[in-house]
Amino acid sequence: MSKKTDSNLYTILFAIAMVIVVGGLLAFTASALRPRIDNNERLEKQQNILYAMGVNANDESSAIFVSTKEAPELFSKYITKQLVIQGDNVTEDPEAYLIDVKKEQTSAKAGNERRLPLFVGTKDGKTFYIAPIRGKGLWDAIWAYVAMDSNMVVQGAYFDHKGETAGLGANIKQRYFMDDFIGESLMSNGSFKGITVAKGNNDPKNLEKNDNEVDAIAGATITGDGVSAMLKSELRQYVPYFKTLK
Amino acid sequence: MGLLSKKDAALIKDPLADNNPITIQVLGICSALAITAELEAAIVMSVSVLFVLGIGNVVISLMRNIIPSKIRIIVQLIVVAALVIIVDQVLKAFAYELSKTLSVFVGLIITNCIIMGRFEAFALGNGPWRSFLDGIGNSLGYGVILIIVAFFRELLGAGTLLGIKVLGDPIEKTGVYKYGYENNGFMLLAPMALIVVGIIIWVQRTRNKALIED
Repeated sequence: MSKKTDSNLYTILFAIAMVIVVGGLLAFTASALRPRIDNNERLEKQQNILYAMGVNANDESSAIFVSTKEAPELFSKYITKQLVIQGDNVTEDPEAYLIDVKKEQTSAKAGNERRLPLFVGTKDGKTFYIAPIRGKGLWDAIWAYVAMDSNMVVQGAYFDHKGETAGLGANIKQRYFMDDFIGESLMSNGSFKGITVAKGNNDPKNLEKNDNEVDAIAGATITGDGVSAMLKSELRQYVPYFKTLK
Repeated sequence: MGLLSKKDAALIKDPLADNNPITIQVLGICSALAITAELEAAIVMSVSVLFVLGIGNVVISLMRNIIPSKIRIIVQLIVVAALVIIVDQVLKAFAYELSKTLSVFVGLIITNCIIMGRFEAFALGNGPWRSFLDGIGNSLGYGVILIIVAFFRELLGAGTLLGIKVLGDPIEKTGVYKYGYENNGFMLLAPMALIVVGIIIWVQRTRNKALIED
């Protein structure tokens, strides 16, 4: 004897009802929570940018942001200018930090001139130029905020990722990896070289700052290569602007 | 246990020992390999699976009499995916920091064989309360193995536990590193998770010969 739940009609109706209920539920949750999520993401960007220029609550070994409560105030205090670089055109835009780097990369591929956001910050009389960049890791997207001085020497960096392996590639957001970049120059003898995440580095404590190399994380080769490639291809585009600073 | 009948208590206890989802049923191996390089990640994953499997089992159990058998796997998949996405969205809105730690695991939870396995093998044929206990039991059994594996991998591979340098500093040569001890980087790679799981299976079957198949 076949049960009523075995009939084709029942199966189809059940599937339709299920799709409507689950779809509705997901759509409702997503739209109801959207404003809160957007706000969280905006604050996170501010925290990331501030982190890169050294405004953070780091303790001895772990990376800690300024609190979300303080972030907007500190952001307007330390970030003096937000620039959008498009070819030779440099404009100021107080919302430049909301530019979606991923969208800009896609539109640049379609042949449009890319808008490059750059944030200028001042802390203790020093000027920082912070660039948001994005690339590919092993599993998914990786991105970073790199703070540089006017000679493209890295002053601080914050890395993050969407889905790198816990304990391996995910460690790019650990202090011991990010702090290695501080003091490394992106230039070599006047031309842009980038910074390579190098395996078999003879300098694990990273005392040599002019070698355009930092020490790789064991077991995270592809994530590390992704970081090198991202730094090279993305920050290269800022070189013309930095030349105008001289 | 006064609260649970003997049969119900077995639902919790069995997966912890002689019917362990990883070492006996060999389910959920993929995530056991992927996220056991760090103790913290293993704990987060265990708690997430506990939550999803407990609730998912109840939902499937409540729906068990109306699910058409022809499309039951798809229905199960939709239930667990919807559950995980809703939780993820709520965390993103109200506990953003936590959601960032968890986002990596969302995909892994949906595809975790233990979840589909328990829906299919248990929740479809049992009432909500027993299904809930079964879900809790199995995720605890899964979590225990994950945490044991992660403990050894993080300790021997990186010399840390929960990110704390328990063995000293390998670069500054303090603690045991002073005496020439080195971290075994191989422990951090996926093959070693398989070997550690293998050792657990070996120990378990040596202690209980009934588990050995011919």
